[in-house]
Amino acid sequence: MKTDRQVVVTGIGAVSPLGMDVESLWQGLLDGKSGIDTIKAFDPSGFTCKLAGEVGEFNIRKHVPKSFRKSTKLMCRDIELSVLAANEAFASSGIVTKATDPENTTVDPTRMAINFGANVICCNLEEIAPSIAKSSVDGKFDVKKWGTDGLETLTPLWLLKYLPNMLACHVGIIHDIRGPSNSITCGEAGAHIAIAEAAQVIARDDADVALAGGGESKVNALMMLRQRLNERATTENNDNPETACRPFDADAKGSVFGEGAGMLVLEEKGYAEKRGAKILAELVGFGESNNINNAFNRLEPGAKGTQFAIEMALEDAGITTDQIDLVIPHGTGIPQDDIAEATAIRNALGDATDSAIVLPTKSMLSNTSAAAGALDIIAAIKAMQTSTIPAAKNCENKAAGCKLNISQSKQQKEIRYALCISYTYGGQTAAVVVKNNY
Amino acid sequence: MKERVVITGMGLVCPMGNDVASVWQGILAGKNGVANTTVFDASTFPTKFGAEVKDYDVRNFTKNPALHENASRGTTFAVGATAQACKQAGIEIDTDSPSDGIDRRKMGVYLGAGEGSVDNVNFFNAVANAWDDENNEMDWGKWADVAFSNMDASYELEQEPQMTGGHLALLTGARGPSRSCLTACAASTQAIGEAAMMIRSGQADIMISGGAHSMIHPLGVSGFSRLTALSRRNDSPETASRPFTASRDGFVLGEGGAIVILESLTSAQKRGAKILAEISGFGSSNDAFRVTDMHEEARGAVQAMKAALKDADVGIDGIDYISTHGTSTSENDSIETLAIKTVFKEHAKDTPASSPKSMFGHLIGATGCAELITCVMAIRDNILPQTMNLNDPDPELDLDFIPNKPRKAEVNTVMSESFGFGGQNNVLIIKRFE
Repeated sequence: MKTDRQVVVTGIGAVSPLGMDVESLWQGLLDGKSGIDTIKAFDPSGFTCKLAGEVGEFNIRKHVPKSFRKSTKLMCRDIELSVLAANEAFASSGIVTKATDPENTTVDPTRMAINFGANVICCNLEEIAPSIAKSSVDGKFDVKKWGTDGLETLTPLWLLKYLPNMLACHVGIIHDIRGPSNSITCGEAGAHIAIAEAAQVIARDDADVALAGGGESKVNALMMLRQRLNERATTENNDNPETACRPFDADAKGSVFGEGAGMLVLEEKGYAEKRGAKILAELVGFGESNNINNAFNRLEPGAKGTQFAIEMALEDAGITTDQIDLVIPHGTGIPQDDIAEATAIRNALGDATDSAIVLPTKSMLSNTSAAAGALDIIAAIKAMQTSTIPAAKNCENKAAGCKLNISQSKQQKEIRYALCISYTYGGQTAAVVVKNNY
Repeated sequence: MKERVVITGMGLVCPMGNDVASVWQGILAGKNGVANTTVFDASTFPTKFGAEVKDYDVRNFTKNPALHENASRGTTFAVGATAQACKQAGIEIDTDSPSDGIDRRKMGVYLGAGEGSVDNVNFFNAVANAWDDENNEMDWGKWADVAFSNMDASYELEQEPQMTGGHLALLTGARGPSRSCLTACAASTQAIGEAAMMIRSGQADIMISGGAHSMIHPLGVSGFSRLTALSRRNDSPETASRPFTASRDGFVLGEGGAIVILESLTSAQKRGAKILAEISGFGSSNDAFRVTDMHEEARGAVQAMKAALKDADVGIDGIDYISTHGTSTSENDSIETLAIKTVFKEHAKDTPASSPKSMFGHLIGATGCAELITCVMAIRDNILPQTMNLNDPDPELDLDFIPNKPRKAEVNTVMSESFGFGGQNNVLIIKRFE
């Protein structure tokens, strides 16, 4: 970034279909594990897509301060996942917030920002169903009956379970974060854009510390239906979940959706150094643009916007294409989208595309939507830390038109810079350049 | 060197009219946009009225309306507002080869855009069919049967909030940074503030910014109704939005689209664009207090207001007018008044403040930008818009809320405030361009 306030990562937290923390995510990627399985959250037998990447069970009450337990009643899944990842991120940063020790916090709450990628939370259909059923005659919903019989049976704070800013709101209260707070609703590009904005808030001196990332659960009937109706979710391999999501592979048939949360603690470099923090990586370049396509459920052919975002991120970082050693693409497993993204990467990186190793993660993590970009940056940081790039999964035969150097086997390699890419239906797209600090 | 940020275009689709000029005239004439709900049958709801956009047709604004025909209600409002704003700013739309000389890679979009309504027929019917009352559970097979055969792919996708920005990119060809945020009722003020910061730092030359939202649908109205946030003054809808009065009983739910073209001064001068005003300050904060309530001492609001003043380098004696959030709920109006008193101290009582929501209702995600536009008009005409329906002032709220009639005044520097559920506080400073 062109600023005299550089932004570094000092803490990471992840809850994903591969496990409840960063270590299980990273070990899972190294072992080529899959977090994708038959949906457990609801009975998917009537669905043509029966698979998802689900996070295991946990009791959120055990993960919040005593005084906040009552508020857990207002938390839906997206919020719970974010609370867990935020806890781990702060713990790994060494920053003491109100949540861990209210008497001995080590940070000024007004100089902390929070910024999450999130989506409008899908209401819990079981919660609202009795009210809807009560308002129906012969299976047809009657809005007048809803007004008299249904509405008043809705839980009073129902709306507050569905607003996308509630993820950051709950986490902000738990850790006492009082600086700028934003919730970026840019679908699957949400986390990268939230992280970019948080870094910019630090760069312009409106905060010294920021918690940034994303959280979302797509594992509910309405969201799954939406992705299937739009022919984004695969209907294949329901009997063989581990093989279902195949980014850049010739046999790819669509994506598999899931849930998770990824959080980074960002700090101004000088601030982090002064408190003796361990610096995990530096965020040196951001680029954002729009893919423009009137078929909103598909990426623009050639993904021009994504190409522009990559070019802008490299320019912002002030590096050349051959300095990128690792690329984590968005790679959903939707064939046309993967080809378009591969084209954009090649157009942006040119000949350097051949030397940059590409690691798609959604074959293992599933498509965690607003969380995805944060989980990918965390994977990139772990790869830098260990100088190890895991093998891609389910990409045995590259699709025609996918001219990328996909990681074929686990390998040792020093990574100078990593490039993480995301885009979403709707058009928004972002690229982030991460610099190795080891 | 930081870039100065100016406004070079504005567009508005709101309950008082579908362009800036007619809304502003309506405000000065003391009209309002509130009436009985027609978007759906609300006759059995506790609140049977709202502030709806009227006689709106997206075909009046774009040559390619088919591109937006499946869009959510809010998105179609945004398309119309953007078309107006671009026209004023000299940005060509609906073309693959614009001749306006603007580099599309340096033109971005930042919206506080709301979600669309759920499918009010097929979604509800699917749920109603699938609920097994005896066993208290959903039959997901049944749900899938009905839902998969009746629900529409495009309608479903268009509900997601990022889609509005996608439509604006399609309309304008914008290839610069594209963001969308949804911080409840503060969303479009936050979008404009952050977009201004992107221009300041050189990330973009032009940002199409603002908001669009419609929550006038059964679940939206029900959600607010259950929070007891809505006025229930069914016998007098047009006087229901009455901020700062003793008899206020909630806000009036509105809808709309409001867009401003933000531009670096360098770019605006290079293009010879007419400059309408300057955005000189932005402050943003989080209450971090409760999910349900504002902080009792207005901690977050005060912090954001002070930050905005500092950013604009303006003292508490330098603000000619405050465009309040002024929702007409008991809590907001009290705490906002406290915030103004805390920040402006001895100048609180002689700094005029009002709430345009008393006329066009609460446009939720779009409201901050609609109010910013009224601030720009106030600066242009040296007229302060009034708070309508202010006949029984709450004795505790004893500031100059400009009751019932617009007022001539010298207006050079203005503060615009937005606060949202969850403790979101965003404040802008707008000034006459010199």
